[in-house]
Amino acid sequence: MQISEAWLREYGGHPAVGTKKLVAQLTMAGLEVDSITPVAADFSGVVIGEVLSLEQHPDADRLRVCQVAVNICSHIIGCSDNHPDADRILAGQDIGKDVVLQIVCGASNVRVGLKVPVALIGAVLPGDFKIKKSKLRGQESFGMLCSAKELGISTTAEGLLELPDDASVGRDIRDYLGLADNIIEVSLTPNRADCLSVEGLGREIAILNKTNWSIPYLNEPVHTNSQMDWSITQVEHVGVQHQDILPVVVAVPEACPRYLGRLIKNVNPKAETPLWMQERLRRSGLRSLGPLVDVTNYVLIELGQPLHAFDADKLNGKITVRYAQIDEALTLLNGQEIKLDAETLVIADDIRALAVAGVMGGNDSAVSDATQNIFLECAFFAPLQLAGKARRYGLHTDSSHRFERGVDATLQTRALERATQLIVAIAGGSAGAIIEVTTENYLPARPSLYLRKQRLQKILRSDFKDAEVVDIFQRLGMMVNSDADGWHVTPPGFRFDIAIEADLIEEIARIYGYNNLPSSSLLMRSKLGLATETLLDINRVKHLLVDRGYQEAITYSFVDEDIQRAVAPDDICIRLQNPISSELSVMRTTLWCGLLKAALYNTNRQQNRVRLFETGLRFVNQSGQTQQQKMLAGLILGSANAEQWGEKTRKVDFFDIKSDVEAIFTLLDYSVHFVPAQHPALHPGQTAAILSEKGDNIGLLGMLHPHLEKQLGFDTQVFLFEVDQELILKKQLPKFKSLSKYPSVRRDMALIVKEDVAIAALIGCIKSGNEQSLQDVVVFDIYRGKGVEEGCKSVALSLIMQNNSQTLIDSEIDAIFNRTLETLTNKLSAKLRD
Amino acid sequence: MSATPEEILSQALQELTAVTDLEQLDQVRVHYLGKKGLLTLQMKELGSLEPEQRRAVGQVINQAKDQLQAKLEAQKESLQQAALTARLASERIDVTLPGRGQTSGGLHPITTTLNRINKIFASVGFEVVEGPEIEDDYHNFEALNIPAHHPARAMHDTFYFDAHTVLRTHTSPVQIRVMESQTPPLKVIAPGRVYRCDSDITHTPMFHQVEGFLVDTDVSFADLKGVVYEFLRAFFEKDIQVRFRPSYFPFTEPSAEVDIECVMCGGEGCRVCSQTGWLEVMGCGMIHPEVFKSVNIDDEKYTGFAFGMGVERLAMLRYGINDLRLFFENDLKFLEQFN
Repeated sequence: MQISEAWLREYGGHPAVGTKKLVAQLTMAGLEVDSITPVAADFSGVVIGEVLSLEQHPDADRLRVCQVAVNICSHIIGCSDNHPDADRILAGQDIGKDVVLQIVCGASNVRVGLKVPVALIGAVLPGDFKIKKSKLRGQESFGMLCSAKELGISTTAEGLLELPDDASVGRDIRDYLGLADNIIEVSLTPNRADCLSVEGLGREIAILNKTNWSIPYLNEPVHTNSQMDWSITQVEHVGVQHQDILPVVVAVPEACPRYLGRLIKNVNPKAETPLWMQERLRRSGLRSLGPLVDVTNYVLIELGQPLHAFDADKLNGKITVRYAQIDEALTLLNGQEIKLDAETLVIADDIRALAVAGVMGGNDSAVSDATQNIFLECAFFAPLQLAGKARRYGLHTDSSHRFERGVDATLQTRALERATQLIVAIAGGSAGAIIEVTTENYLPARPSLYLRKQRLQKILRSDFKDAEVVDIFQRLGMMVNSDADGWHVTPPGFRFDIAIEADLIEEIARIYGYNNLPSSSLLMRSKLGLATETLLDINRVKHLLVDRGYQEAITYSFVDEDIQRAVAPDDICIRLQNPISSELSVMRTTLWCGLLKAALYNTNRQQNRVRLFETGLRFVNQSGQTQQQKMLAGLILGSANAEQWGEKTRKVDFFDIKSDVEAIFTLLDYSVHFVPAQHPALHPGQTAAILSEKGDNIGLLGMLHPHLEKQLGFDTQVFLFEVDQELILKKQLPKFKSLSKYPSVRRDMALIVKEDVAIAALIGCIKSGNEQSLQDVVVFDIYRGKGVEEGCKSVALSLIMQNNSQTLIDSEIDAIFNRTLETLTNKLSAKLRD
Repeated sequence: MSATPEEILSQALQELTAVTDLEQLDQVRVHYLGKKGLLTLQMKELGSLEPEQRRAVGQVINQAKDQLQAKLEAQKESLQQAALTARLASERIDVTLPGRGQTSGGLHPITTTLNRINKIFASVGFEVVEGPEIEDDYHNFEALNIPAHHPARAMHDTFYFDAHTVLRTHTSPVQIRVMESQTPPLKVIAPGRVYRCDSDITHTPMFHQVEGFLVDTDVSFADLKGVVYEFLRAFFEKDIQVRFRPSYFPFTEPSAEVDIECVMCGGEGCRVCSQTGWLEVMGCGMIHPEVFKSVNIDDEKYTGFAFGMGVERLAMLRYGINDLRLFFENDLKFLEQFN
């Protein structure tokens, strides 16, 4: 909410603090000030002048030579040596007496009798623009007539700023327009709807500064002239001047516990809204829209109570507050045509809905330039009944904003009287009696709350004196009674956010000052944490990948559906109802989607070597259930090593990424199998599934399918892996095995096997022999070509043998070798290479 | 006798001057001192001399032999030295050339920041807990005292899957999940990804938060202030100015926003802090009685505090990063700055 500082100060009992302090007080009281903006740019030397006469410039079609009355004041003394009245002015005599200046002006709205701001010689306008005596095409000019834009009051202007006829000539324009003011923008939390008004914020200022707070407008007449007098005042009641009433029926008192209305007859809809009101509205971000709407807006800002004025002559019969019928049509003030639903509260006459209650009025019953009689309504709607209703129709208005958060249920009569006063004062008319329909049962109850001393002490760890607490509550407008153990407190009607004991504690803390409360260091009980060893910290895996040249990426969990479908067409993905864009519309079923995009981002920026990994959730729909699995994925492309002098450049291949994956498993002492597999995103001949010993599917690795490589826009091969974190992080607790003190022996074996015999199968076959002394099998060469039959390969491997209780002798070694060979021959048709 | 030992020695010394390598040196040694070497033969011929001559001649031969031997060794050493010097010279490399093989990468600055936050809290016994990112309406809102249509929901631009399923808008639901399954005392932090339907220069639709909370029999607002002060000082590694401002969150009462003195301008006022000298870094408060009720914790017996902070914001302030979106573009030129 934005508001004029001067207006706020008036309501805050004129606190003796500067702007900076005032703003800091609000912020530190939980009413955060977002910005402070001067209402006008800095300028000086501009006074009100009256155009006495004007004639066409002899040498310029667009220019007029004007004679402008101002009076002699300090601004112009010493600045007008060539002026016919220079002697008078320079002598400094006759201060306050009229003086006429010749000023050349090009604005189209300049006319005789117009009151305008005049920048005198010596004036400095915004942008450090100095006004000097000049000649325009031969005609002398002793100043400049100004537009609102030239004064930095608005960003646009059409012609000169026209001032009211009763503006007094010679007065400083800054003073006249009250420009020594700031617009303060306050960002309010949803609980503090009581501060959505000048009165509410003013009340807080008074509380914080301990100033005497009173409603400024009571018991004094309203000024309707255009003097920028900030002490707006009002008598308490206008008299009832006619007997006509419009009957009101509240069909749903639970939704509308209080409804007030009155007829005001014979208003002048074309009356001019006084400048002070226009300015205050402008400084609150509202445009002037005629006196009737301006007054309801003004009271909304001033008191926080939304009101609505209907054109009484457009109403048929009585007013009814009811729920809408399904599909009942209504054209709103903003021109929007809506179909209502049965949960929407409306104000209706006998034949149709007139307005969405608490949100916006209808077009058909709106006031216009031709309106003579109005029905002014002022209601309290139950916040829960209005919650979310405006949004159903894509609306959010000043009125709905306040009603949804809560309006003081005791405010309606005062607000209606205030608005009536202002309307009658500005637009004339005679007010009728107020019709009020109130159902007390449904008005918010204001039960008294109890704050225990012991609880206050426990939560804030601070001993407050009874008088201190009572003082704070009383300043807050609460009724308070102390007893031995605490305080009975009844909050005022406007503090509907105060509902439980904790709220009272917060109020004490807030007014006392959070920063004045004690702070203690960690006194909490501690227990020793478990040093879990069977679960590997994912950070260890991350560091491993970092040490192997990977950079960690973080990509969005929602991805482009096209990429998702291309990479994992078989997964059922989960779609957002309201994505931010189509590129972020479905939840990823694999981290590859984001990594591929991140890799492309980099290859498109001349990076020819990318190594990325990411950890995070993947989201899959498995038989109707959403599964959120923690994954770890990686991607490599380009050169195996950063470009360098010492090694031949080569591209990464499957075995580079496989060795990274294997390195992860060595952290775990966890044996896994890599078996040939298929995945739509991967090359059918270069894809491996990673299986645990029990056969759990831990993950996949492989080369990006060439057609995807092309489709996504890569110009190099890409290798990927993805593993399930839950499965990889389970670590075996190491179990000690005694060391053999006998030497180990190595026997090499060169085998010819069919091409389709996987190495893993070969090694598995050797290990299936369960030879006690066979410690390890190492493959050290694969050969195809001359000397090896087509369709076969030669595999050279070493058998590492060692026994725990003796040195192996040749005959035992030969026996192991031969038994192993026999198994291989039988199971895999392997032959010893000649 | 054809030549005297002196003559042989002088001849040998003469030959040595022409020797340039160890092989030649060895040839000289063999020629004079080997089994059939000239001086060795002279020694063998001693037996044919008169006994009274033997002693004198033997001495002369031995002297010549010793002299030659010493000379040979000296020259051997000097040749070896020369050979080593030559080898060292020939093996000189440019040690300023970069090393060979794999270079190392780095962690994402968000991870580094999260790890630091976790470490600070773990050091005083906070347990790290994670929760689901696709969350139900109950844990994300209802149980946190944010019923349907509560105005606070408008502060969370929520991504929906259906009427009851959302992407969590904060890490606070983890608070509920922990309190549902464990009993106090509780000391937990919950880091993770959160989502809001908002994207512009200062908002990304996904970001990271760390939620922390502590529930025990005698936890006060003073404890909350202490923890927050100490955390911020530990995180920024300096004695930074901190202030608490009243604020509002449906799940805490009293609630506060925490500001630190602007780390860019030191509190003077700059663009980063909108001239205020202060930067908002986290929200916190005492856990609301309604929240305790929704998880069946006796709010008379137990009190607690909770806090939540934006990780990107802290990382930006710590490292001086000026654009939030950089975190998720994964440009290697950005990421490598934090290796």
